[in-house]
Amino acid sequence: MPTKILMPALSPTMTEGKLATWQKKEGDTIEAGDVIAEIETDKATMEVEAVDEGTLGKIVVPAGTDAVAVNSVIGIILDEGEDASALDDIDTGAATAPDPAPPPDPTPAPATPTAASAAAPAAPGVPTDGKRIIASPLAKRIAANEGLDLSAVSGSGPHGRIIKRDVEAALASGGAKAPAADSQSAAAPAASAPAPQIDDSTLPPFEDLPNSSMRKVIAKRLSESKQSVPHFYLTVDCELDNLLALRKELNSRSDDYKISVNDFVIRAAAITLGKVPGANAMWAGDSIKRFNRADISVAVSIPDGLITPVIRDAGSKGLIAISNEMKELAAKAREGKLMPEEYQGGTMSVSNLGMYGIKNFSAIINPPQGCILAVGAGEQRPVVKDGALAVATVMSVTLAVDHRVIDGALGAEYLAAFKPLIEDPVNMLL
Amino acid sequence: MAEQTFDVLVIGGGPGGYVAAIRAAQLGLKTAVAEEKHLGGICLNWGCIPTKALLRSAEIYHYMNHADAYGLSAKGVDFDLAKVVQRSRGVSKQLNGGVGHLLKKNKVTVLDGRARLLGGGKAKVSKDGKDDTVSAKHIILATGARPRALPGLEADGKLVWSYFEAMVPEKMPKSLLVIGTGAIGVEFASFFRTMGAEVTMVEVLPQILPVEDAEIAAFARKQFEKQGIKVMSEAMVTKLDKKADSVTATIEDKAGKSQQITVDRVISAVGVVGNVEDIGLENTKVKHDRGVIEVDGLGRTAERGVYAIGDVAGPPMLAHKAEHEGVICIEAIAGIKNVHPMNKQHIPGCTYCHPQIASVGLTEAKAKEKGFDVKIGRFPFIGNGKAIALGESEGLVKTIFDAKTGELLGAHMVGAEVTELIQGFVVAMGLETTEEDLMHTVFPHPTLSEMMHESVLGAYGRAIHI
Repeated sequence: MPTKILMPALSPTMTEGKLATWQKKEGDTIEAGDVIAEIETDKATMEVEAVDEGTLGKIVVPAGTDAVAVNSVIGIILDEGEDASALDDIDTGAATAPDPAPPPDPTPAPATPTAASAAAPAAPGVPTDGKRIIASPLAKRIAANEGLDLSAVSGSGPHGRIIKRDVEAALASGGAKAPAADSQSAAAPAASAPAPQIDDSTLPPFEDLPNSSMRKVIAKRLSESKQSVPHFYLTVDCELDNLLALRKELNSRSDDYKISVNDFVIRAAAITLGKVPGANAMWAGDSIKRFNRADISVAVSIPDGLITPVIRDAGSKGLIAISNEMKELAAKAREGKLMPEEYQGGTMSVSNLGMYGIKNFSAIINPPQGCILAVGAGEQRPVVKDGALAVATVMSVTLAVDHRVIDGALGAEYLAAFKPLIEDPVNMLL
Repeated sequence: MAEQTFDVLVIGGGPGGYVAAIRAAQLGLKTAVAEEKHLGGICLNWGCIPTKALLRSAEIYHYMNHADAYGLSAKGVDFDLAKVVQRSRGVSKQLNGGVGHLLKKNKVTVLDGRARLLGGGKAKVSKDGKDDTVSAKHIILATGARPRALPGLEADGKLVWSYFEAMVPEKMPKSLLVIGTGAIGVEFASFFRTMGAEVTMVEVLPQILPVEDAEIAAFARKQFEKQGIKVMSEAMVTKLDKKADSVTATIEDKAGKSQQITVDRVISAVGVVGNVEDIGLENTKVKHDRGVIEVDGLGRTAERGVYAIGDVAGPPMLAHKAEHEGVICIEAIAGIKNVHPMNKQHIPGCTYCHPQIASVGLTEAKAKEKGFDVKIGRFPFIGNGKAIALGESEGLVKTIFDAKTGELLGAHMVGAEVTELIQGFVVAMGLETTEEDLMHTVFPHPTLSEMMHESVLGAYGRAIHI
């Protein structure tokens, strides 16, 4: 019997992705384990390996198709001895999601898997990682209509069931919401930021560069964050001379590692979260999730955008470990090879533009995290010490804070604990 | 006697009060309920229950009179009004005793007498000139409601009846005027009409059964008129002239034109009003307005430690709403997690006239008023095998969905046994099903409930049997 190749879910929250390339052609022989296609998700490119062997009978979703719903059929493998006629019986329109959603309307369902009949609207409730999301049918429907990711919603119904009230609260608090999608567009990719009205005729000559999945996600998430999260900003100057001296000393000991200023910042940020646990928190509508581990997302610039690989439990890792891990993650990021678990789920972010000479800047919170630390360049500045003018290397950092989770005093407490770690970095070796 | 102390004192032993008391006792709270008259309150003694007994007699009488429709013959069909009333009273009495037993079983102390708040967590319970003071950490007012008396139309117990007198008629009036067409009005109209009285109903609004969906109310009105009930809407009774054994009523229509009709008896069924008087509210900070005590979603009043549930806490004034409020109030007091205020949109309403009416959620007009883009399904009883087999082919099941989300916004039914059917839609609404789940639900055949399925299918253009 022919075997369907389904659009894989590469992360628990993935509902759709771009089928970037096919590595096999129709008629090619396939061994289990062969790479047959590449999927471009929110932030990475992943290879799809064949689980079954046979012949690639049919490519259902052509390369370059955007917004392919998870679990929809992308291709079909024929068993040995089967010929193309066996394909006739295959219904490529219906996804084999565990709770397939039939079309709500009696009009004939379009045959393409990305169209209205595909499982996309049901996807928020589909157990993409084997973990069932307990939500009412109505909550699932509204979430699908609005492009809300139910895995980030906490349920207030019996036994934690997610109900309409929770979804409405999540939407009101700016959960992973797509802009005003009406019911008919619910099946369309729900993950784009609002497109401004542009009259092309008024523009000088231009080139239209289609947005990648990553660009769309950046647009959507950061628009939401900036529009719906009440940001405020706290800035502090840290003298860097001791840190630079220590760094030089440590790096001179071996050629096996090269610790950067940012590695110190990552470790200090994590240790500080341990000291000020109220800041290691996330807004979740009905509750605030407070973490007991500091996982630091570090913004890495890559050709098509940026990505935030995560240093897990950075407070308990040494500088060398952080440094090596960061190098490895950054390299993978630039190659687009980061695995979802390597860039999802940090508890706070660090963004450093010091290498570009930026003195100080304010970053946008990486939702649903509670804060982000924007790090500027270390530069020599005049400072006043004991009433006299002196010169010190100073680095300004600005903490952007979600006021729903962290109030001003708590944010200030965070920076007050951060500064001495940077200024006297021996503290963070202890 | 030493002052008694409780965790919870419930004032009023109606369906809200006694249920709250039992729930409190279940949760280990030391509980008392103070009741002045009868356990079970109006519902059980003078409302929901005894009227259902009367209507059952009327229903059987109706079937006996129409026996030939089923190939049967019943000759000399008659009734003994005293026995019909006696049966109704007996039903109330049995259940009243049942409530006493339930309270005892749950170790709830029953305080016999009228309770009045003294402030500061204390209340005085009075009976026959004797007073006892009780104190309780939490006092729940469940004092219920009484018939509303409009000036000039007040019940006098003889010629002009409230539901109290209408429930225990000594002789069958030949003619009857029913003022008000809410549930109470149409149930009595239906009972007395079936038992042979000439019945006129007067409603001040354009629509009878004003809280129901307009289409359902219009359907019911047609059925009532077919049965010979005279219905006057947009009309007002302006004057009642009482004679020795009859009443002449002056009825003014919307154009200001008056007419007079003379009837044996009048039933005043113009609504009910909460009992907020003489219960000691003046000794507390409790706020109330026109017979309704102000409460939050968990029954809390403006006075710490004082709560209100049921009719006295505002509409809809229904026993099942009171019971549920009582449970929510107690569970919040007991600190149970995840207690949420009731969603009042999910409270069903049932009227036991013939044909029956049952509904939950928004009417079509309300849904549109709220800005919903609606999908509406209708299925008539005439398309249902069971209804035809029962000889009950007059009726309608109407469902209203939000076109955008598939949320069931409202369900409205008129016809045989719909009061037993509505719960299916109430559960569906409570669990937040969409049209899809209802379409995928298997309804047993042959049942009247299949019409519920068909109505849902119909809202999406997929009904099978029509």
